[in-house]
Amino acid sequence: MAKRDAIEVEGTVVESLPNTMFAVELENGHRVLAHISGKLRMNFIRILPGDRVRVELSPYDLTRGRITYRLK
Amino acid sequence: MVTRKSRAEIERMRRAGRIVAEVLALIESELKPGVTTGHLDRLAERHIRAAGAVPSFKGYGDRQNPFPGSLCISIDDEVVHGIPGARVIREGQVVGVDAGAILDGWHGDAARTFIVGESRPEIADLVQATRLAMLAGIAAARPGNRVGDISAAVEDVARPHGFGVVRQFVGHGIGTEMHQDPQVPNYRTGSRGMELQPGICLAIEPMFTLGGGEVEVRPDGWTVVTRDGSIAAHFEHTIAVTEDGPEILTTV
Repeated sequence: MAKRDAIEVEGTVVESLPNTMFAVELENGHRVLAHISGKLRMNFIRILPGDRVRVELSPYDLTRGRITYRLK
Repeated sequence: MVTRKSRAEIERMRRAGRIVAEVLALIESELKPGVTTGHLDRLAERHIRAAGAVPSFKGYGDRQNPFPGSLCISIDDEVVHGIPGARVIREGQVVGVDAGAILDGWHGDAARTFIVGESRPEIADLVQATRLAMLAGIAAARPGNRVGDISAAVEDVARPHGFGVVRQFVGHGIGTEMHQDPQVPNYRTGSRGMELQPGICLAIEPMFTLGGGEVEVRPDGWTVVTRDGSIAAHFEHTIAVTEDGPEILTTV
């Protein structure tokens, strides 16, 4: 059985929550709960409300994601 | 996290793989106009259970909508994950059959696309190219190579023909679960991917179409179809990367 690829979408950070979690509102209006990817942490990249970010969503739970890139 | 399987564990997967290969051979002999997809599914389930294994697809997936069959049967513009039921097989159809079994906790997963009777030459080309792409991908699965080399090998078979390559579904690691890391895309992603080492077990499964590679999922929540309605083919083998190169586990 083929596996569904993780889906990459863009959105805007709406809220910063405890434990470096963020509420991100996607282009399609959905809100997801996202955490920061290790790569962003390692490079000390800060994410603040209002930032536009790229989020990788799990095909198994489309309400959770991982922030993989902060767009300029 | 990618796990490397020991020789003993690979042997267990070989046994599960053999059952899957037998199921596909059984389906090949039973596939003809007039049979229903549900009938083929029941035959497959019976064979899997008689061998002491359990079908891995049945009950898999979203708790609200688990997959109901032991086989995925995908006809014509259906790429993968077609649900078996009352549909009747007809002459000229392109039928993709995917089977999975768990024996002793270890998984086997394989698929073949069959053409029922006679069809257009371009369809025969599509099916053959998809199978060759799988074999090319398998050949690239040797220690020292990377997952991206498998993806490149698969994509390069589609390129000269101009076939569409499905991007939203991918091959995958496999072992004590059906879907494990790493993902094995059927096209170059720009990332080289992880290095392949002996013990890594993968399901390599190209999906090609006569049109574009864009797909969508039907309202049943499972059946994947081409957006442009073009015919699709799918082949899959479960393999183990060994010191001497790739070994196909889903064979008799």
